[in-house]
Amino acid sequence: MHDMSAHAVQHGAPTSFIRKHVFSTDHKVIGKQYYALALLAALVGMALSWIMRIHLGWGNFAIPGLHLLSSTGAPGNVLTPEYYLQLMTMHGTIMVFFVLTTAPFAAFGNFFLPIQTGAEDMPFPHFNMMSFWVTFVGFLVLVASFFVGDGPTLGGWTQYAPLSAIGSVGGPGEGMGVILWATSIGIFCIGQLLGSLNFITTTLDMRCKGMSLMRLPLTAWAWFITSVMGLTAFAVLMPACILLILDHVAGTSFFVASNLVINDQVLPHSGGSTLLWQHLFWFFGHPEVYIAIVPGLGIVSHVLITNMRRPMLSHRVLIYSMAALAALSYMVYGHHMFVSGMNPVSSLVFSFPTLVITIPSTIVVLIWLGSLYGSKLRINSASLFALGFVSMFISGGVSGFFLAQPSIDIMLHATYFVVGHFHLVMGVAAMFGIFAGTYFWFPKMTGRMMNETLGKVHFIMSFIGAYCIFMPFHYLGIAGNVRRYQAFTDDYLIPLIPVHKFITIAALFTGFAQLIFVYNLIYSRFKGAPAPDNPWEGTSLEWSTATPPPHNNFGDKMPVVYHDPYQYSVEGASTDFVMQTSPEKLNNPKEEQ
Amino acid sequence: MAKIFAVIIVLIAIASAVPIVMHMWPMPVDISTHGGLIDEQYADTMLEAGISFLASQFLLAFFIWKFSIRTPGEKIKSFPGGATGLVAAAFLLVGTEVLALGVFGTKAWASVYLTPPAANAMPVQVQAGQFAFYFRYPGPDGTFGPLHPEQISEANANFFGLDTTHDQDSKDDIVAAELAIPVNREIHLLMHSKDVGHSFYVPELRIQQDFVPGLDVTVHFTATKVGKYEIVCTQLCGLGHYNMKAYLEVKSQEDYDTWIKQQAALQ
Repeated sequence: MHDMSAHAVQHGAPTSFIRKHVFSTDHKVIGKQYYALALLAALVGMALSWIMRIHLGWGNFAIPGLHLLSSTGAPGNVLTPEYYLQLMTMHGTIMVFFVLTTAPFAAFGNFFLPIQTGAEDMPFPHFNMMSFWVTFVGFLVLVASFFVGDGPTLGGWTQYAPLSAIGSVGGPGEGMGVILWATSIGIFCIGQLLGSLNFITTTLDMRCKGMSLMRLPLTAWAWFITSVMGLTAFAVLMPACILLILDHVAGTSFFVASNLVINDQVLPHSGGSTLLWQHLFWFFGHPEVYIAIVPGLGIVSHVLITNMRRPMLSHRVLIYSMAALAALSYMVYGHHMFVSGMNPVSSLVFSFPTLVITIPSTIVVLIWLGSLYGSKLRINSASLFALGFVSMFISGGVSGFFLAQPSIDIMLHATYFVVGHFHLVMGVAAMFGIFAGTYFWFPKMTGRMMNETLGKVHFIMSFIGAYCIFMPFHYLGIAGNVRRYQAFTDDYLIPLIPVHKFITIAALFTGFAQLIFVYNLIYSRFKGAPAPDNPWEGTSLEWSTATPPPHNNFGDKMPVVYHDPYQYSVEGASTDFVMQTSPEKLNNPKEEQ
Repeated sequence: MAKIFAVIIVLIAIASAVPIVMHMWPMPVDISTHGGLIDEQYADTMLEAGISFLASQFLLAFFIWKFSIRTPGEKIKSFPGGATGLVAAAFLLVGTEVLALGVFGTKAWASVYLTPPAANAMPVQVQAGQFAFYFRYPGPDGTFGPLHPEQISEANANFFGLDTTHDQDSKDDIVAAELAIPVNREIHLLMHSKDVGHSFYVPELRIQQDFVPGLDVTVHFTATKVGKYEIVCTQLCGLGHYNMKAYLEVKSQEDYDTWIKQQAALQ
């Protein structure tokens, strides 16, 4: 155990506005900046999904003002087929990278990891500041593609080659749009690598006195495990993006094979591999799924424990399960490629760990359910979203059984079944994790409470709405409804259009609920009731310090930790909960240190 | 609030299962010899996934209902068996389940991908390009002529880039915009992409396979029901992706023989 925190990163509180709120090295400010970026990105991503859903339900419906976004992409305010794909690509890219990666990991992790470990800040505050600003630039570059040339790329967030690598002959946005996409994601990778480095070193080197690794809360463990994944996964995506850019600007052919013909012209590329991009992308892409969801597992566990007034049945088993998910996530990536044309024996090899990964996932769910049994569950917005996460994680998880098997994947690959699966498990579940974290930590982050009534309304609408959107996706997929279609002109798809209309209405309803959340967030930030230091009667270090925490997190006195993170309902203790910093002696046989 | 939430979970879980149980939007009818194995595997998985889904959602709802309202001073209870029991259950139940699915699923996969096509399987080449499929039959000589990408010309309807002037093997090749095949005859489909990634998906045939530009892959299948089915592209290939399709016509041997003669005359 190290006690570097008091010496290594002492830096005085900045006084100028710019150093305090803009180019701040304070992990708490950076966390909030990441949160604001994620919120902005989520609103953009959601607006794009609305446009797409309206188009899928009512293809000729004119959306007022849409031509302002692109006069060629939406003439008469109706989407063209190519612009549908361009918006779809932006929706996926923005949501996966700038919402699901930034909010649960970079936003909450930045704010709370140093506090939960008992550190004054992260060990490399300037890297941390760079991490956010680099990510922000990445976002700007991505959004810029809306306004450059013929708009953003239409290749989907997976950017399969060779479509993504052959330039503008491939279609609208496939020239400059792809270059901006790859540049944006490459920049994003740098930001996440810098962030991951800080997270890992904070966890390993910055813990305060008494804070052994096993005394870290589950959130800290989740962020730590995620940052290890981030360090390796983004390190593969970044070079892949560079190679993709080189195929565009330097005449290379990493991802383009010989003798491809477009518009009766043989392309000048030769010798590249189509499947290489898929291997590189999914070697990143599958861990990315867990980068999005593992912080959620931590947040949900943390929120549930506090509201169940008991620790999980086993702290260690949850940590080991999250670590197992992370380790297995590298071995399963080929399940995205069962019918890609790779060796069919590889498909069977990749199928096995994919099926095995259900075991740690099941353990996590069973530990949650088992811990819920006999607890004293408190119902509030945070715990509702945490419980909603559990429900969504189960629903999104069971559809994984189908997709893990190559033989069934022949039928369901590239259909709405896949879209339903990943939206439930890494979209909705991860978002619920973000919401749980927001309602839970908002008081600590801002010093004010959020409105609970609005929070509960937001939850119920989101829970019902999300199921109404994403459950029918599975039925569509089973019926063979192909994804990434802007209209359903095939004879066998036409009978499914009423289902799409239902989904569109559900999407608008669910989206409206998110506006309630945004209102609540902004209103509470300025007008919410003042928050006490420990509103939920929590035990971990973030609840020991002031609300909001001072610049160096703990004021004059660095914390000393005496207990495991979750000492709730301990027999013989003077209160229902014993904080990690409480020197009170406990007669607790389960105390691990 | 907790009770309302618990009831909502139960209602959603039941409502989610109804369309599956009632076959409201079923899988398209299988017309292949290998599809039975896939459908069986799918049905088994649906049963196991369905039970896991309903059981976990009901349990979650029940626990939320029961444990959210506790009298003050009531003690925390621990789940019988604790974490050890649950971990063991996960390994035993899910482990057995996934092992069984994995082992049995291999059979269905192997029937499509790991078994070589029969020696007398009928070869047909399919070429995917933005945004159409074209099909080529080798003609009476049973041999496909070579492709010359530089000779591809949409205007001259030379979709494959055949040189019928110089290549003897190409002279009798038959090119069509639909895939007509005789029923109950194994087809060996040679898949070639002209430009970018595409996919060949016929839900009724239980076949989906991506085209790999620069690498020709093959699949083989036997259709067992006469009829007309849609072939659709499932790999995002550009702005016309949604509209990229062709028809699979499964014909009696007699009808097929007539069709192929007509096509030969049209070349």
